[in-house]
Amino acid sequence: MLEVEHLTVQYGALAAVNDCSFTVADGQWLMIVGPNGAGKSTILNAVSQSVPYTGAIRFAGRDLKKTDAATRARSIGVLSQNHFVGYAFSVEEVVRLGRYAHRGGLFSARKPEDEAAVEEALERTGLAPLRRQSVLTLSGGELQRTFLAQVFAQNPRYLLLDEPTNHLDLVYQKQIFKLIAEWLKTPGRAVVSVVHDLSLAKAYGTQALLLHHGKTVAYGEVQPVMSAENLNAVYDMDVADWMRTMLGQWTDA
Amino acid sequence: MKRIGEHFGGWIYAAFALVTLCVFFACVCLGSVRIPLGATVRVILDAIRGVPSETTIALARSVIVPIRLPRVLCVALVGASLSLAGASMQGLLKNPLADGSTIGVSSGASLGAVIAIAFGITFPKLPFAGTMIMAILFALLSLLIILGLAWRLDCSLSTNTIILIGVIFSMFASSVMSIVITFASEHIKSITFWTMGSLQGSSYRNAAVLAGTLLIAGTVLLLNARELNAFAIGEDNARNIGVNVRRVRLTVLIAVACLIGVCVSIGGTIGFVGLVTPHMVRMIVGPNHKRLLPASLFSGAVFLMLADLAARTLFSPRELPIGVVTSVIGAAVFVAIYYRSRRR
Repeated sequence: MLEVEHLTVQYGALAAVNDCSFTVADGQWLMIVGPNGAGKSTILNAVSQSVPYTGAIRFAGRDLKKTDAATRARSIGVLSQNHFVGYAFSVEEVVRLGRYAHRGGLFSARKPEDEAAVEEALERTGLAPLRRQSVLTLSGGELQRTFLAQVFAQNPRYLLLDEPTNHLDLVYQKQIFKLIAEWLKTPGRAVVSVVHDLSLAKAYGTQALLLHHGKTVAYGEVQPVMSAENLNAVYDMDVADWMRTMLGQWTDA
Repeated sequence: MKRIGEHFGGWIYAAFALVTLCVFFACVCLGSVRIPLGATVRVILDAIRGVPSETTIALARSVIVPIRLPRVLCVALVGASLSLAGASMQGLLKNPLADGSTIGVSSGASLGAVIAIAFGITFPKLPFAGTMIMAILFALLSLLIILGLAWRLDCSLSTNTIILIGVIFSMFASSVMSIVITFASEHIKSITFWTMGSLQGSSYRNAAVLAGTLLIAGTVLLLNARELNAFAIGEDNARNIGVNVRRVRLTVLIAVACLIGVCVSIGGTIGFVGLVTPHMVRMIVGPNHKRLLPASLFSGAVFLMLADLAARTLFSPRELPIGVVTSVIGAAVFVAIYYRSRRR
């Protein structure tokens, strides 16, 4: 269980996130939605402890601020939207780093479960044939799958996704979301993701948190939260009508 | 680009060590007075056992034992330290243009040494080490100032803040150095020679200080190889996979500052070693710090020993400052690497 209570993140005078509370339970997929600048990514950054915040964020009853980095990484994994790797690491080297939080002492040998986790992650994401390839030579989709494999190898209980399929074409978008949906089937896991694509949010989410200017507009089950009324108010346009217009382009197919 | 696989076997360490050793002996043998390898080895063995050498090699001994051997030792250790520090910084800051001097500690150490030379500062009981102690003190002081300022700017000590403050601090230290030099014109020659870098007249005492620092700081850096890999892929990624980013960054910065401080205090500012050698090494062994750091260690030693050999012999009997040689070679190599990688 991930509990976020009265979370506020201040960027100078601006409250990027303002008194936001929600909980995520095992098996749930929480979609954080809202227009640009609503504070969606900031919430994930706070949960992953990369920005200072006030309020409480707890995982399994434990304050994440007071949890050491490795323990936190065994509970919560993060996949962000784009990666720039400066050096020619191989796919396998990047994936293997996912096991960092599970390692033993300084001089302990590689554990078999580490090897197994890396292998499984490479297999699951279809990267096994590319394992020796430099990450500098990968396509955007392959690179994103590499980091997905890394977080799979990390084997956290909960997964935070920050627009994981931004800049990716449809094939990869579908691939990544299917992989994550598959990952979520194991009991004890949950996903929190920030997505722009409202259709994706509706299709995969179980819960939703709708934000506007850093404040919670609605929170709960996906369908009621993402009602036409709520979305129209936040986006200041007829969202459903636009979506239907878009879909209308495909009627003859 | 050909790369050696995941496993960096013992044989490759042996190969690196062997090359380093060969270059080491070559550098001890060669110079204004050329000494055959056999005589060199015998002289060194005699000196280690503490027995007098035969009269035929007594001259060789008088060149090798008090002058050339300590110098080549110091050169190798400085090269190894600078290169290891550079490789670590390039990983930590995820920036291939970084090296030990990026955080400004190098300039701080130089400032300390220049002040010591200009004002003839010595320490009671340690009259030989005034410059060295001042340089180390100033290196640590600079690190404190830089980290303190970075801390005030943002508590997370982000990479960009540290680079920015480091660059600004370097400029500040350089200008203070110019002021000091203006007021100490009678020492200008020794200051200039020192700022260009030289390991002329190095002693065994210097070598011992270098070796001790390298042993401690080098071990710390090598033990952080995995963490440096994570930083080289990205700081956010490092945090997400469970690296204690702040602790690792502080540890690495302090280790690098110690290495740089001691190197500058003994050899002056020797540029490009820390920048270029990790690049060349990365082309051979890849970016994984588990291989890159040890390989940089050996290659830095080899690079600087060869540069020093060139400095001693090219215009013999006149000697070039080693920093000038490394900068000339380094700049050329760097341009070559850069153009090659750009064209690919």
